[in-house]
Amino acid sequence: MPRTLFEKIWDAHVVHRRDDGLCLLYVDRHYFHEGSFHAFNMLRAKGLKVRRPDLSFGFGDHYVPTRGRETAAIPDPEIRGIVETFEKNAKEAGIQAFEIADPRQGIVHVAGPELGLTLPGMTVVCGDSHTSSHGALGALAFGIGASEVAHVLATQTIWQSKPRQIRIAFEGTLPAGSTAKDMALALIAEIGTGGALGGAIEFMGSAVRALSVEARLTLCNMAIEAGARTGMVAPDATTLAWLQGRPFAKPVDIAPLHSDDGAAFDRDATLDAARIAPMATWGTSPEEAVPLSGRVPRPEDAPDEARQKAWRGSLDYMGLSGGERLSDVKVDRVFLGSCTNSRLEDLRAAAAVLQGRRIAVPMLVSPGSTAIKREAEAEGLDRIFREAGASWEESGCSLCVSMNGDSVAEGERCASTSNRNFRGRQGRGARTHLVSPASAAASALAGRLVAAEA
Amino acid sequence: MPDAFTTLTAVAAPLDMSNVDTDQIIPARFMRRPRDERYAQYGFHDLRFTPEGAARPDFVLNRPPFDQAGILIASRNFGVGSSREAAVYALLAMGFRCVIAESFGDIFFSNALKNGLLPVRLPEDTCRSLRQHAAEHPGSRLTVDLAANIVTDAEGNAHAFTIPPFARDCLLRGLDEIGMTLTLLPAIEAFEAARG
Ligand code: SF4
Repeated sequence: MPRTLFEKIWDAHVVHRRDDGLCLLYVDRHYFHEGSFHAFNMLRAKGLKVRRPDLSFGFGDHYVPTRGRETAAIPDPEIRGIVETFEKNAKEAGIQAFEIADPRQGIVHVAGPELGLTLPGMTVVCGDSHTSSHGALGALAFGIGASEVAHVLATQTIWQSKPRQIRIAFEGTLPAGSTAKDMALALIAEIGTGGALGGAIEFMGSAVRALSVEARLTLCNMAIEAGARTGMVAPDATTLAWLQGRPFAKPVDIAPLHSDDGAAFDRDATLDAARIAPMATWGTSPEEAVPLSGRVPRPEDAPDEARQKAWRGSLDYMGLSGGERLSDVKVDRVFLGSCTNSRLEDLRAAAAVLQGRRIAVPMLVSPGSTAIKREAEAEGLDRIFREAGASWEESGCSLCVSMNGDSVAEGERCASTSNRNFRGRQGRGARTHLVSPASAAASALAGRLVAAEA
Repeated sequence: MPDAFTTLTAVAAPLDMSNVDTDQIIPARFMRRPRDERYAQYGFHDLRFTPEGAARPDFVLNRPPFDQAGILIASRNFGVGSSREAAVYALLAMGFRCVIAESFGDIFFSNALKNGLLPVRLPEDTCRSLRQHAAEHPGSRLTVDLAANIVTDAEGNAHAFTIPPFARDCLLRGLDEIGMTLTLLPAIEAFEAARG
């Protein structure tokens, strides 16, 4: 029987199948971060040990400061306590953790792949919803909650029901100036945040094949914002070339890792890549996105009553009335970072826009990993950012989730390369507009929401 | 370890908002705190309280009798977003044991089941009329019977729902999932041995 890529990886990891179809899957790779402390507490309360410490890796990212690299110097005692607990939990369990000062530190979904810890054909889990990112390498990867993290630590397995299979093809050539971030936002605007609910998306088509691994990571990262449990791209020569020489990488046979001809998908959608323009969100849900060249929609134009009500709420929170041009919307600050868009390619795209110019509003740049920071500095990107007036800081989740003390002030508007424009995500009352790195840089120059000139 | 869940009769509170994400259920700044009784204050914090800390009278869960509710009737895509299980801890600390919605965020749904917060999916029209009834008759109660897979509303109408069988079994019997899985340890070891 022809099978999807997802089904092949799934079948290869079934430890036990119940009569009702629920499967116990073996977990090849488990990542955790400071926020996973609940899981370690649960394990302790049950008197259980970590079964396979060699298959888990920890990354200090959610709570680490973007200024300074010393745990003992973290000013907020609560945050410092969380980081210390993370380090202690890893040590006690005999798990390798990349702590704040480690040159291999970084955001888990950036640094994990970069170190070669995520490989094609693996099952990967982490207590963070954007674990779907790792699917970019042809892995079956999904986010889990703390109870599930405890379950994985204790058993190296997880119970899963097989999700719906969804095939999303981007065909054609992406226009110059449009990126994987714009593909993701255009997709979510079209199918909605529930469009892929609980499903597994395989991204395919000529425009996806043409993407770098970095860009595929961005696309799969945002799969969760369409409601999917995971997103993936079949590994190919691009994947293998990218993995070459990475410290933990091992040779993998990718020949079987693709969906067979005739494999059945429950849902199928094709998008024309040539029509994807630079996008921005205007509301408080990732589906509330439009091209940057357009206007904020009016509630009257909503397709149904429920959306009309939701749009009114979003506009009200965002301080917009509807109908204004995006290019007339003033921003107060810009964030370039997060596991969605903080890889070297993203930094280069933003630096190319900023080169030789001065920004009009404050811009924070937080590279996705310490290694990326070093590489960017070797290329002189840090100079471009600094000379443009941006702050060039250390790696961490920072303003993606505002747990580390960085935040956007109440009522302030931030153009951000992260993945969620939820109410309060960047701080209480903060207003977030999701954009690509190039659009973020252009918006920093203009002080308004604009796309970079292509 | 959650307590067993069999039936629940409680005041139902309507929350007429779609896409209530986990950042709204518990803002990130509270997540560094250990799980304790303070989680009751964190639940929906920025919707419930002004920046100065005063309770907003216009927010439904601040108004009696809804502040005593044990069942939340939400709308589309409840619990979408982050994998933070703290969202479930906050709802439990506020006294909820059941959330009814048209659809749920995927990870939230499984987090809820694992902690004894029953996530019940009912059709859009049913959710809407349940919310309306709860709003018009404050204090009216719903009964959720997990053994029968039925929600009974204040007028006696029965609404059937389904819960994945393994999770349902664990909830009904108050079983510990990790303990259950560890009985399969030989299969896990055999799997590892086969891969070398
Ligand atoms: S950058 Fe944001 S989405 Fe990515 S791991 Fe950190 S908190 Fe999660």
